[in-house]
Amino acid sequence: MSDKLWDFHGGIHPPENKTQSTQVPITTAPLPARLVIPLQQHIGQPAEPLVEIGDKVLKGQMICAANGYVSVAVHAPTSGTVVAITEHTVPHPSGLPDLCVIMDTDGREQWAERSPTPDYRDLERTELLDIIANAGIAGLGGAGFPAAVKLNPSQEVSIDILVINGAECEPYITADDMLMQERAAEIIQGIEIVIQLLGVKRCLIGIEANKPQAIAALEKYLLEHQLQQQIELVTIPVKYPSGGEKQLIRILTGREVPSGGIPADIGILCHNPGTCAAIYRAVVLGEPLISRIVTLTGAALASPGNLEVLFGTPVSELLAHCQLQEDKLDRLLMGGPMMGVALEDPSLPIVKTTNCIVASTRDELPQSGPEQACIRCGMCAEVCPATLLPQQLYWYAKSKEFDKALEHNLLDCIECGACSYVCPSNIPLVQYYRYAKGEIRAQEHEHTRSEHSRQRFEARKARQDQEAAEKEARRTQRAEAAATKKRSQSGATTDDAAATKAAVIQAALERAQAKKAGQQATAQDPGARDLKTTKPQPKQTEEPAGE
Amino acid sequence: MALLRITSPHLTRSGNTGHVMFLVVLATLPGLTMLTYYFGWGNLINVVWATLIALTCEALVMLLRKRPVGFYLGDGSAVVTALLLGLALPPLAPWWLTLVAVSFAIIAAKHLYGGLGQNPFNPAMVGYALVLISFPIEMTSWLAPKALVTDIQPVMSFSETLYHIFPFLSAEPLVDAITMATPLDAFKHKGALMAEEFWSQEPILSPRSWAAWQFVSLGYLLGGAYLIYRKVFTWHAPVAMLGALLAMSLIFWSYDPSSFASPQMHLLGGATMLGAFFIVTDPVTSATSVRGRIYFGAGIGILIYLIRTWGKYPDAVAFAVLLMNFAAPLIDNYTQPRTYGHQSGRSS
Repeated sequence: MSDKLWDFHGGIHPPENKTQSTQVPITTAPLPARLVIPLQQHIGQPAEPLVEIGDKVLKGQMICAANGYVSVAVHAPTSGTVVAITEHTVPHPSGLPDLCVIMDTDGREQWAERSPTPDYRDLERTELLDIIANAGIAGLGGAGFPAAVKLNPSQEVSIDILVINGAECEPYITADDMLMQERAAEIIQGIEIVIQLLGVKRCLIGIEANKPQAIAALEKYLLEHQLQQQIELVTIPVKYPSGGEKQLIRILTGREVPSGGIPADIGILCHNPGTCAAIYRAVVLGEPLISRIVTLTGAALASPGNLEVLFGTPVSELLAHCQLQEDKLDRLLMGGPMMGVALEDPSLPIVKTTNCIVASTRDELPQSGPEQACIRCGMCAEVCPATLLPQQLYWYAKSKEFDKALEHNLLDCIECGACSYVCPSNIPLVQYYRYAKGEIRAQEHEHTRSEHSRQRFEARKARQDQEAAEKEARRTQRAEAAATKKRSQSGATTDDAAATKAAVIQAALERAQAKKAGQQATAQDPGARDLKTTKPQPKQTEEPAGE
Repeated sequence: MALLRITSPHLTRSGNTGHVMFLVVLATLPGLTMLTYYFGWGNLINVVWATLIALTCEALVMLLRKRPVGFYLGDGSAVVTALLLGLALPPLAPWWLTLVAVSFAIIAAKHLYGGLGQNPFNPAMVGYALVLISFPIEMTSWLAPKALVTDIQPVMSFSETLYHIFPFLSAEPLVDAITMATPLDAFKHKGALMAEEFWSQEPILSPRSWAAWQFVSLGYLLGGAYLIYRKVFTWHAPVAMLGALLAMSLIFWSYDPSSFASPQMHLLGGATMLGAFFIVTDPVTSATSVRGRIYFGAGIGILIYLIRTWGKYPDAVAFAVLLMNFAAPLIDNYTQPRTYGHQSGRSS
């Protein structure tokens, strides 16, 4: 626990606003009448529906199967009836709808058959991975990467450190904090499963110093179970974005994830405490992932707090439960104020990656003033946790010099928003970077496409050339045959070069005459061509010598 | 329910560019106070006059460009440019000299390049260089400091100073002001004198008058320290500049103290401190990374010494800054910091 800590470059200290939602313990959200369950709540391929409209489903029953390796199954969060499989607004920055299974709940909470495995220590690696995959666990920290895939790193890398990201550095969000306070046992037992799977010797739990109760709860469990040697609890300084995966790895281990790489490249795997608790429930209790802890907070809510929410629950129902004062609501965020997505439609559902809903008033998150000129003051560069030069990236994005933006490592930007936060000119810097990244992606796509069509064109041309060459070869053969025939008929000195030349000239004259006359051209031409093709004859005789 | 839908981050720290500029204005006050105390009302009048010109020019350009005038005047950058010129020009600089310098700084050096943030050269220094080259006599006659004057005649009154700057306001003929060269200028033109002889002969460098110059410099240093404390800029560029100038002057002065000006004279005798904390730190025209700012500042320090010692001009801040402004993009190109997860600064 007295481990050396490293620091990462930059960082900011925005108002934490966490205490509003930590006053009351986690409660269970009321069961909604209807659930909207997106097929894609994770990174990778969307899941494939296994149910049809009208099907009765049980709580925990798999209703969508993983489609491919990097995909995650979806389970019915409660018992009820599938009423539609259709497009519905989902939590996505684009605001576009996506395919969802919509089910009416029956209120009976009738579980499907569960197969708990409390003695998981005897299980094979692949069996454990299967359980986790079948439980539909995606990373609950934010990106939603399939947990079973992450826990099965390529054979070429060897993982030596497991990092548990309990930093929760975003303002307002307290879901992991409350989970660690109240369910330390589940988290640690989940971590033990992960340790067994990976065979790692070190596990570091990084928690920001502003969560003393969570730290105490975990510490107590670790001491009681003699695990403090195996699992180290590390208190890290409060600084946003210390919970960024790359930043936390640097803080705890001093290692840096290589640009464009993943933590596994440097022997590290990073998991969220919520994911570990979900793994515990999946393995030991046999319960698939059907709910999560969501922080409901913001000044527009009269009773903020943390709720255990079934996936598919509409945000509007949770807001009503927390006594939303609609007249005060100005902005609705999914996630925190630094990296969250603004929601337009409160009917969209809670998904596996939703950790927080902020219902803010105008005074709470005021709109920033009009954009002023960039004076290159460099405050953005001082706070950038990736040590970029945001002020330069801004110029390059604005002037569409994307190659320069790439040279300045635009793609290493984690969009944490620290630069925009400090900018005295109110420049929405991150939006410029998103724009530039989007354009670069579009250009790359365009490039790949044109590369494909170039290859197709070249292949076609090669084929055509080959066909033409074959045709030409056949014609030459025919012409030769004809010439030989002619020669043998006349028996004259046609092989004399001068005679051939004269014949060619004669043919050309004839052709010119024919052209002048504007008639008989078709009759003359074949003769002329025949004469011409006799010309390469000497070359043909040379060939054997050359061979 | 009409909800605001913008992308993250949704939280910003309050503050704007105008606030930054306000802090800069605040930080010039110790220097301005010292100037006014030792050299009379001239610089104060210059500052006000320059500010009026700057705001008018800025407003004019914004009207021409059909931009909201109030919003752009609010960024305060024109005020800062005017303020720096008002401090740098001689106390009795005639009104038209200030007019030429400030209007050229705002209109040509800033707005012809596209306005705030787009100008490659420090506008105040462009204006200063223009009048220095064009009107050398007006630019090199500095008012004698109070300490020295009091023996001869009292320091000029406010109205007298005003009439010297705006002669058309006065109906009566003007009393001649006692003007003299700045210490650096005097030292440069000491001719064949040894430094020791120079110090004993020149009345301008009597301990009492020398103190006037030093206190003005210390006033700027104090203001600069405040700005570093308020995190308006980092210490890198000013410290690099002062360090380089100190090193250069120390090397040559210890080699031959009779011919070369002392480090003290270089650091406190001219516009060095004003330059270090208010000119070199202009973020728009300097290099932008931390390492880049060190090179940028050090380059200015070295150039100042070279121009002062072997060049034609006694004080060289303006030219050194402008030369390094040229070099800033190049410095930026080679001083990219190492990004997280990269081996070296530049990805290729």
